[in-house]
This record gives sequence, structure tokens and C-alpha cells, in this order.
Amino acid sequence: MRPFSYARAPDLSQAVRLGQHTGQGQTDAPVQFLAGGTTLYDLMKLDVMVPEHVIDLTPLRGGHASITPSADGLRLGAFARMAQVAAHPVVRADYPVLAESLQLAASAQIRNMATLGGNVLQRTRCTYFRDPSWAACNKRNPGSGCAAVDGFNRNHAVLGTNASCIAQYPGDWAVALMALEAEIDLVGPLGARHLPFASLHRSADKQPHLETNLRPGEVITAFFIPATAYAQRSVYVKVRDRASYEFAIASAAVALEMDGDIVRQVRIGLGGMAYRPWRAHNAETMLTGKPLTDAAAEAAGQAAMEGAVGRGQNDYKIALGRQTIMRALMQAKAMPAPSRKA
Amino acid sequence: MTIDPAILFGTPTPRVDGVAKVTGAARYGSDEPLASPAFACLVTSDIARGRITGFDLGAAKAVPGVLDILTHDTVGNQVKTPPGPDGGPTPTTLESDRIWHDGQIIAIVVANTFEAATEAVSRVRVSTVSEPPTASFDSPGTEVKAVAAARNGSAPKEDQTAKKAAADAAFAVAPVKVDARYATPPQHHNPMELFTTTCSWDGPKLTIYEPSQFMWGLKSAVARQLGIDPSDVRTVSRFVGGAFGSRGNVTSRTAWVALAAKRLGRPIKLVPTRAQGFTIATFRAETRQHVRLSATADGKLTSVFHEGWEVSSRPSSYKVAGNKATSRLYAAPSIATAVNVVHADRATPGFMRAPAETPYMFALESAMDELSYMLNMDPIELRRVNDTQTDPVSGLSFSSRLLMPCFDQAAEKFGWKQRNPKPGSMQDGAWLVGYGCATSFYPNNIGPAAARISLMASGRANVAMAAHELGTGAYTTIAITAAHALGLKVVDVAVQLGDSDLPPVPAAGGSNNAASTTHAVVKACEEVRRRLAEAAVAAEDSPFHGADPATLTLVEGRLQNANGQSEPLSRAVPRTGGRLEVYAENLPAGLPASAMAQLYDGRAMMSRGDSRKDVTAYAFGAHCVEVRVHSLTREIRVPRVVSAFASGHIINPTTARSQYMGGIIWGISSALHEATEVDPASARLINTNLADYMVPVNADIPSIEIIMVPEDDRRVNPLGVKGIGEIGIVGMNAAVANAVFHATGKRLRELPLRAEHLL
Repeated sequence: MRPFSYARAPDLSQAVRLGQHTGQGQTDAPVQFLAGGTTLYDLMKLDVMVPEHVIDLTPLRGGHASITPSADGLRLGAFARMAQVAAHPVVRADYPVLAESLQLAASAQIRNMATLGGNVLQRTRCTYFRDPSWAACNKRNPGSGCAAVDGFNRNHAVLGTNASCIAQYPGDWAVALMALEAEIDLVGPLGARHLPFASLHRSADKQPHLETNLRPGEVITAFFIPATAYAQRSVYVKVRDRASYEFAIASAAVALEMDGDIVRQVRIGLGGMAYRPWRAHNAETMLTGKPLTDAAAEAAGQAAMEGAVGRGQNDYKIALGRQTIMRALMQAKAMPAPSRKA
Repeated sequence: MTIDPAILFGTPTPRVDGVAKVTGAARYGSDEPLASPAFACLVTSDIARGRITGFDLGAAKAVPGVLDILTHDTVGNQVKTPPGPDGGPTPTTLESDRIWHDGQIIAIVVANTFEAATEAVSRVRVSTVSEPPTASFDSPGTEVKAVAAARNGSAPKEDQTAKKAAADAAFAVAPVKVDARYATPPQHHNPMELFTTTCSWDGPKLTIYEPSQFMWGLKSAVARQLGIDPSDVRTVSRFVGGAFGSRGNVTSRTAWVALAAKRLGRPIKLVPTRAQGFTIATFRAETRQHVRLSATADGKLTSVFHEGWEVSSRPSSYKVAGNKATSRLYAAPSIATAVNVVHADRATPGFMRAPAETPYMFALESAMDELSYMLNMDPIELRRVNDTQTDPVSGLSFSSRLLMPCFDQAAEKFGWKQRNPKPGSMQDGAWLVGYGCATSFYPNNIGPAAARISLMASGRANVAMAAHELGTGAYTTIAITAAHALGLKVVDVAVQLGDSDLPPVPAAGGSNNAASTTHAVVKACEEVRRRLAEAAVAAEDSPFHGADPATLTLVEGRLQNANGQSEPLSRAVPRTGGRLEVYAENLPAGLPASAMAQLYDGRAMMSRGDSRKDVTAYAFGAHCVEVRVHSLTREIRVPRVVSAFASGHIINPTTARSQYMGGIIWGISSALHEATEVDPASARLINTNLADYMVPVNADIPSIEIIMVPEDDRRVNPLGVKGIGEIGIVGMNAAVANAVFHATGKRLRELPLRAEHLL
């Protein structure tokens, strides 16, 4: 732990002004935003992040933490706590995949602290990233290499990686947001903007130290999830090494709208195996307009994993990913038909 | 010994220190209040093999509040290297420029505050010359040495070559056989309390506050390292936040902190990080094992061969040699074993709960399960067919052995009868269901111990001994023993433990603690009774004047005779003086008199259940476990366990149940969760934290039922006390693996068992 300065941002405009030097949120940016603190403090204690200035955004909770369902969809303030959203009756009834993905994440203590905005910006759990005594980590030290490619990589990603970084995006909720085609509101020095959630995280390129498309000083203020029939018939399957308080080795968020036995619409988000929050578009296309049989679910799972690259210890995730998608599809199929019509 | 253990033991009693523990009043090593301590933090190596060529300490020393930095350049050979867990050589730390393993201590920063010390550690720059390290079994550069199974690593006492040839011959002609190889991973104890050390000097007198399983051993060992008189060293550890073997032997940090405190002239407190706990103390080494079993068509074993390979550091030959135990579990006419130590660039391993049995019983009990399927025989029946009341290696009788009653009672409660023997045949919704079982056992060890008891006229007693409260409930078992032996209530007995100024007891390891301490306490209580009785019969004002002192007993705070005549302690005690104080030593049968003297010298000689001259003494148990494996995604979960144990007289069923459960949970953890990952190229440990080093959470452990099978065994020791600290974990990993086979039809021979192995 190193000495650092600490300032509270009383409102959004001050937050944006104080946060001009946050860069794009890379670990070595001299200024870091603090919301729930469950990632930042952790990485500061590990000496992975050594900010000179910490800007506490907690006062923004006053205006940016509400849960607002409407006929169009669900608006969630980015400073709402994970636990608060997971327990909300409308979220549980009409967007079960959101509630489940939050409820199955982390521990009760962390869910009580962590905010939604911070959750989607959670850093990878790559053990080489999280220990600065490893010299080679392109995510921490651009150009230094990747110790995980030939190292202990059982927990690493198989989808969307390249040789410069095979870290996986560890979160759950973002996977559900991918499936429900969520949108986000941002406010930054250049004003407000609105993005599809799917474009928040960067794809793997030669710059793994840049994880998102956030601009310097930008703060996530809200999430919007459109109201759909498939959101109501949605499920989050999280496969992990122990029953609770553990990251996924594979997860799937499936949202399904059926027309009798025929898939009218399906959305599939994947976690625990991808470089960034992942959407299995080709699997969705394969399933749409056809009966959802075991064989179709398996074929979709297979299709979703096309292009996956194992690095040895994580090879199993290619098969496990397929099985996880199958399981989530069949669980969604078994759910009662939703009340909301398309 | 005249006191009947039935009077002493068996009453469920809440922990006498429970309130202190849950309210924070219990003082652990680093909680001890000290005037103006400085704070030490460790710098550890981030290469596994090489030499230090220099330090740049400028930035670290510039951190405000930094007081001193110890390196091999500045302190070098001022402290002797402590012995390894086997008493032999082990890697150096600040004694030289050599780096033997990842995370080795290479410098110690001392500062006015913990924060300053932590920051300065991150600013120490060290230059090293790295050599290609050897990580583990399959790495280039290992050095493999065949060793004897004997505990001290000496030459084999008996030639295994002939035994191996006989076992091979029996194997060759047997109709049914298993020939399989198994592997277990490195594991770390991760006790809740970190590996702290606080040292304070008062002139030549050194006090060390440190969680320890052996107060007198720590005192002597550190004195030898520092070259000072052991009588100038006091060790204090009133409560230990878990130990599991990790605190049985002295580690390098202690003497260095003592030296740092001496240099500074101030007390120093070291609270290392969780990650450092993985490399500055010991661990359970990874093993590879080869088991060959052969049997007749009706399941009788005709040969057992069990060979092990265990990783150790370059200098240390430490090993657990668990086949010394597994070879004597089942009747077989031909038994052979072999052990190999595989040296790599790793820290020296050490004792970890059921050190020998946890890894080796995984292999044997998995192999027995494999054999049962080949025989088409129920695995419990296979154990019954090969059960024996005679140690098949030594030919001695077991002091007692209730293995099959344990199996029968566990199986009954578990509902073993509902098991369809066909693998993969049981299912509940999307989950495959499997039932598995395994034998558990552990040798009964006892060592010399001393205790001091004071009895006041008020009817209150104090018991003092340097015994160890590791979370096992030692304060309570000792209070129960003394109270019942003195005819007092448990609340009227105050117990002092964890201080080397108190009478010595052996290291709290190998499940000897209960037997060793209770025998010393009872001996002291017997002497208290004798002195009260002799004073009473000599006194004219006593109702017992002129009676035979042997007829008097202590009951409900009074001295009484067989006719029910009695007098209160308020009259009986003052006859002996202001208070009655007794110091007693107990030397267990079979140990030489020198064993007691050695104890005062910090060496614990044990009477070991596996090497006695009269009987072989073990406790036995049986696990029945249900696992569930998801039919698609293959996660493994353990919804319930029923285990039965016959382990002599149970002193306190309340804490015994907790101890058994703790062992079982750790066995599940050993099967499904725990593994320290070693980076193959750098020989560095990867997951040195409790997020990445998995242990079960509450949701992983829904239901555990414990059956304590009554057992009255006076051949094991006079009080019939068998240890229970380790037996709970033994065999549990195999029971889970066997259940996974039953659920899926897939035999997993390498721990931990994970979803990827079943896809």
C-alpha cells in the first residue's frame, strides 16, 4: 500500500472534473474512481494499482442509485448496490437473469458494497495480473508479455483471446446484460452519451491494458434494459468449483421467447470463458425459428464455441462451454411461458 | 491409575473459553499488548533458484519511519538455520545469498508503523542471478532418492527387496488385481491466524509471542539458533488460531525477528501476509503413488504393494511415508512398500493434518474401491473380508479395532442399502448420484507431559501446563479432566496453557494432545487426593482419622469414604498448608526415563501406536458419502456425509464432534477444492491467497452426521484415550472419489476432482 490523496466528488460535474486523469481506467492511471471499492481496494492492497489520487464517487449514490421499472424497460442507477437490485421484486419477476446473475456473484458482503457500475468494470482474476511480482503481464505493463499463455491457465479465457492476453472477464452481471441487450448512460468531460452495453468493453487487440471504451473522466450513471418477452423467460447458469463465493469456470445467460415449440427469439450471453462479456450471436441464429430440442441446444452450444482456443489447462472450457449453454437453454425452455407478449 | 475414565469423560461440555473467543477477549500471539513495538515486514524472493547479487535499499530507507533493514549482507550468519521438520537440513534464509525456493525470506524491514514497513517493502530493489528452477515431478532437474519408510529417514531396518519379490509373486498369480497410479497435489494449511511473531527483550531475557504447537520446542530451538541459554527464552501462545501441523516446528522467521528486536532495542511485531504464509512455513507436498493389490475371487487380499514419491526441498529429506500406515490396515500375507523423495527447488514441506494418512489413504482406499468393482463385491463387504485384529506387518494385536462396527453403524444411518451397485445408475433430476465409502484410521500416540495443580480451600483449582489450544478445545478437555478427577465442577477449575514458563507437554501433533495431557493431569489429581487423604487420616479432628487413605475419594467438593462420611475441602485442604500444590510428570509406558528429560530440552519423544512393542494402537472410522454430479456440466457437490469413529473414551463429545466434522470438511476440501498451483517454468506458487486457493464454503457442506462408537480400550493407555484430531480427514478424499466413480463410472485418480475430469 502506498500513500495516496483522497477526495470526495460532491456531484457529477465535480466527479467528471476531478476525474480528468483517469485515462481509460488502465491500472496505472494516476487517478482512479472509487465507488463500492471492492475491486479498487483489493488491487491497491496487492500493489497492482498504485493511484496517486482516489476520487470517491459515493455522494453520487444520492441521485444515481434508483431502480425504476416501466413499460419500456428497467432503468437502474449505476450506483445501486448489487444486493439491492438482486432483491428487487420486479427485477426478479421480469428480468430473472439479472437477479440471478447478481445473486450468484461474490459474497453477501461484497454484494452489499459493490455498485452496478463498478461491477461491470471489475478487473480480471488472472493470477499473473493480480501479482506484480510477475514481470510479464501486458494488461499491467504493456509490452511485457503474458505469463499465463504458457503458465497456469486453467481459469483463463478460450473465447476472444489472442497471444497478448488470455485473461477472462470474471463477472456475471455483464453476461446477463449482454443477453438482454442493455444500454448504458455515461457522463464525461465532453458531455453525456448513450451506448449499447455491448460496446463498453473492448475486444482483444494488442492493447489489453485498455479494457473499455470509456473516455477519460467518464462515469457510468445508469443502465437501461428493454422490457421483452425473452427477458421474462431468462436464466443464468453458473458453473463453478464450489457452491458459492466463487467465479464461474463457465456461465451462460439465456433469454428465450417461444412460439409453441418454436424458438421465436433467443439471446445468449457467455461468461467465465471469454476475454470480455460475450454474446453468442451465431448460436442464437441457429436456434431461431426452430424447435428447441436437446440436439438443437447441443449444436448451438457447439456453434457458440467455434473459434475458441485452449491453452492447455483451460482446454476443457470448450466442451464445458457447450454443455453450459445446453443446460441454460433447457432450463429456460422448462420455465413457464411469460405473461408479457412480444 | 485408580481413577475410572468413565467418571472423567463423556459429558458434553461447552467450551470454557468460548465466550472469550467470540467476544475477542481471547488473546492470540499478535494481540499481546507491548509498549511501543516496532513493526516488521518481510521481503520475499520472486525467483525460485539463484543468488542475490545486491540490494538497492535507498528508496526503502527513505520511507519515513523505517528503522532497520536486515539482509544477508547485514546480519548474515548471526542466526543458525533452524532444523527442518525431520530434524535435518532445510533451506537457509538471511544466512546467505542463496535462494532455494519461491517466496523465501530475503530481507526484513522494520519501521515505526506497519504501513511504513509495508510501503518500504514495496520499494526494496533486489538484484538476483536466476538459475533454471525445478518445479515438481515432471520438471527437468529433479533428484530422486529412494528412502526408507522409517520416520527419521535412516537406512531401511528391514530389506523390502524380498518382500517386494514375494508381493510380486503373489500378484502375478492372483485372479483379481488392481494396478493403479494416483496423485495428490501440494496443499497449504492456511490457518486463520497468520504466521505472526512478536519478540521482546528484557536484558538477556527474550519473550516470543507466536502461535505454536510446541511451546517448549520453540523455546529450545530459537535459543539454539541464537546461541543463548534456553532458560532465557519464554514462549507465549495462549490461543492459536488454527495450526493443523503448520506450527509444529520452528521456522526461520522467529529468530530473525528476535535478532531484529535486539538490534533495535525495542519489541518487534511481525504479521506476515496471507501470501507469505504459503512460503515461509511448511505445506503438504504433492505425491505420486503406485498401488498394486491382488485378491482371491472371494476378495481376500493376497498382496499389497504401495510405493510413494514425495516432493521436498533441495536440502531436506522430509517425507511422510504414509505407506507405513496403509500397509498395516488390512490382512494380507504379502505386503511391501517403498518411498522416494523427489528434490526440487521448493520449500521444505512439513506436517499437515494427518500428514501421512491423508495422501496415502487416498491411494489405498481408492484402490480398494477399484478392487471391489472387479470383484463385484460391496466395498464395505470387501473391508469386512479383509478386516483383522492383528497388525499384518508386526504381528502384534491391535489394542482395539472396531472398524466394522463403524462401517455398519455409518452404513445403517446413511442408508447404504439403497445403493444400486452399478456405476451411473442413480440419478435425481439433472444430477447423477453416487455413494462412496472409505476406511479411516490413525495411530494413537502419547508422550511424556507434566502438569501443576493447585487446590484452594475454597474448592477452586488451578491447572497449569504448557499445552496448546489450537481450536481443538484443550482448555475445556483439561478443565473437565481435572474437575472430574478432583470432584469439582468444571467452572471451579481455572486452566492456564500456552506458556513455556508452565510445565512442559509434547508438541500438539499426531493426535497425542488429549492422551498426553489428561494422563499428566490425572496423575497430578491422584497426588492431590493422596495428600489430602494422608493428611486427613493423620488428623485427630478428621472423621477419617486412622482410616486407610486409599479408601478416600474426592466427590462434589468433599473428601469422602465408602460409607458416605465426608468433610469439605475447606477443612481438608488447610491441613496440608495454605493451599495444596502438586507438580506431576507422566511418563507413558514403553518410553525410556530419558524421554521426560528430553521434553524439558524441547524434544518430544512419543510412544507411537504404530511402533509399540506390546500392541499396535490405532483408532478406526468409516465414511459414507453421497456426491452429486451434474449430468451436463459435471460440477461435483457433496450433499451429505455420515461417518462413524471408534476412538476410545471421548473426553468431551461437544468439541469432539466439531473436531471430527472439521476433519471431514477438510477431507471434502482435499478431494474437491484444495491445490496449490505451481508455475511449471518458474517454480513459483500461483494461487497464494484464499480467493484462488479454494476451500469449501458453507454452501458446500450441507449435512454431516457423526457417530461416536463407544470403545473402552485400556491397552492403548490407562485412561483409554485415543486422539481424534486427525482421524476425521483420513480416507475422506477417497470416499468422495469413490462416490464420484459410482455416480459417473469414471475413476479419477488425481486430486482435486474437478468438472473438467468428467466432461
